[in-house]
Amino acid sequence: MSSVGPFITKALAMVEVETTKLRRDPTEVLSRAIQPALWMLVFGQVMARTRAIHTGNLPYLDFMAPGILAQSVLFTSIFYGLSAIWEKDLGILQKYLVSPVPRAALVTGKALSAGVRGMIQAVFVYALSLALGVHLNFNPIQFIGALLAILLGAAFFSTFSLIIACIVKSRERFMGIGQVLTMPLFFASNAIYPINMMPGWLQVVSHMNPLSYQVDLLRSTMIVGGIQTFSVGADLLVLFGSTVVAILIAAKLYPSLAQ
Amino acid sequence: MGNWIESFACSVLPFEFQEFRQELSGDHGMDSRRLEDALNILETDSLSRKFADFTAVDKVSFAVKSQEVFGLVGPNGAGKSTMIKMLTTLLPPSEGTARICGFDIIRQSSDVRRQIGYVPQMVSADGDLTAKENLILYSKLYDVPSSERIPRVMEALEFMNLTDVAEKRVRQFSGGMVRRLEIAQSMLHRPKMLFLDEPTVGLDPVARASVWEHILELRDQYKTTILLTTHLMEEVESLCDRLGIMNEGKMVALGTPDELKAQIGNPEATLDDVFISFAGKHIRESESGFRDISRTRRAARRLG
Repeated sequence: MSSVGPFITKALAMVEVETTKLRRDPTEVLSRAIQPALWMLVFGQVMARTRAIHTGNLPYLDFMAPGILAQSVLFTSIFYGLSAIWEKDLGILQKYLVSPVPRAALVTGKALSAGVRGMIQAVFVYALSLALGVHLNFNPIQFIGALLAILLGAAFFSTFSLIIACIVKSRERFMGIGQVLTMPLFFASNAIYPINMMPGWLQVVSHMNPLSYQVDLLRSTMIVGGIQTFSVGADLLVLFGSTVVAILIAAKLYPSLAQ
Repeated sequence: MGNWIESFACSVLPFEFQEFRQELSGDHGMDSRRLEDALNILETDSLSRKFADFTAVDKVSFAVKSQEVFGLVGPNGAGKSTMIKMLTTLLPPSEGTARICGFDIIRQSSDVRRQIGYVPQMVSADGDLTAKENLILYSKLYDVPSSERIPRVMEALEFMNLTDVAEKRVRQFSGGMVRRLEIAQSMLHRPKMLFLDEPTVGLDPVARASVWEHILELRDQYKTTILLTTHLMEEVESLCDRLGIMNEGKMVALGTPDELKAQIGNPEATLDDVFISFAGKHIRESESGFRDISRTRRAARRLG
C-alpha cells in the first residue's frame, strides 16, 4: 500500500505535462470540436426531422448528444497509441522505461491524460447542446456521474489504443487499424440509435462494446429525462473493470514497444 | 563473488569510499589492483541476444570499472545498440546476464533502473515544455523528494549552463543545449552509472566540445561511471579511459587506447587505425543497417 502515493504522483506528473502542452497549443483540441459539431448540426437535425429513430418522449437531439460526446471522446482517445509510437521513435518511451516508474503508473498517466482531453471535448459538446436547446442536467450528482463516464471511457479507449500500438509497433500500420476500429466501435453501440432497434447479432456485439456502457451512463446523467438500457451500477462496473484490465494488459505489453 | 561488495559500495558507501580507493590505487600496486577488480561497476557474463536467426550480440563478457568513461565503438549493426538496450533493461538477453552495481539486469531490473541514467540517441527532451518543466517531470518520475525537487533542478540547470534558458521552450534550443538538458534529466536521481547513446551525433564541433566537457565534469563532480557509444574516434580520444570495439556481435578488442595501439603493433597509430584494424574487415551489412542510418540522420537533423 505504501507504493500507492508515489504511483499516483507519477501518473499525475504525466497528466500535468499533458495539460501544460494542451494549454500552450490548443489548435489540435479545437480542431477536434468540428466533428461533433457536424454530427449534431447536420446529422442530428436531419434525423430529428425524419423521426426514423424512436426514442420515446425524448427529442432525438437530446438522445444523441450523449452519444456524440462519447464518440468525440473515443476519437480523441484512440490516437494515444499513435502518440506512444511517436514517443518510441523519439526515445521518450525508452527514457520512461529505463526509469524505475512502474509500467502501470506510466499507462495510468496516459489514461488520465486522455481523460483530461475528454473533459475538453465535454465542454464543447455541452456548449453545443445548450445552444441547440438540448435539456441538459446540471444536478451536481448527475454531473459528476457524467464526468466519470467521460474519464473512464477516455481511459479505457486510450489504453486499448496503447495495446494496439504495442502489437502493431509502426505508425503506418496503426493508422490503418485505428481507422478500421473506430467506426465499427461507434456504429456497434447505442450512440446514435437505441440498442433495441438493432438486428440480433448487432445487439450482442453492442452489449460487449464498452462504448455502449459509456453512452448509457452519459445518457442517464447528462440530459434531463434520459433513458437507460443498463443500470448506473452496471455501467460503472463494466467501464471501471474493462479499464483496469486494459491497464494491466498495456502495462505488460508497454516494454515490448521499445524493443 | 564481488557482488555484494559492489552493491554495498554503490548503495551504502558514498563518495568517500571511492576517493579512498583512488588514493590506494596511487601507490600500492598489487593491493589496489585487486580492490580495483572488485569495484567493477558493470560486468557482463556471456551476454547474448538473438533475433530469429540473427545473433545481434554473441556471448560478450566485459567489465566497466567504477568512475571510468568507457567507449563502446563498432560499425553499424555491430551490436552496440542491442548491448545498450540489454544493459539498460529495455531488452531481455537471450542468454547470459550482466550485473550493474551488483544487481542482476534480469532478476533485479528495477534495482538496476534506480542505479542508472540513460540518454537515448534520439532527441528525447520534450520540445513543447521548458527546460525546467522537462527536469521537474523527471524529478517526479525518479522519486526525488518534493522538498529537494526545485533545488536539484536548479543545480542541474546551473551545472549544464542552462540557467538563463530555464524558462524557454526546448523547441528553441540549439542541438548542444538539448543534449546538455537531456544529460541533466538523466542525472537528477544521481545515478551511479550513465549510458549515453551517441551523445554528440549531429552536433557542430563547438557544441560537441561543450558536451564532452560537461560529461567529464559530471564524472568528476558526481563520481558517475559513464558508458557511451560513438562512431567518432576523436570522441574516444578526448573522453574515454578505455574502449571496447564490437564487430558482428562480438567484443573484438578491449583496453585503453594505448593498449590497443600496442596490440596492433604500432604505438604511433591513431585510434582510426585501431578501429579499422579490429573492425575493418568483414563488416556485417545487417538488415538493421538502413534503420540505423535513417535514425542517425533523423537525430542529426533534429539536433543540427
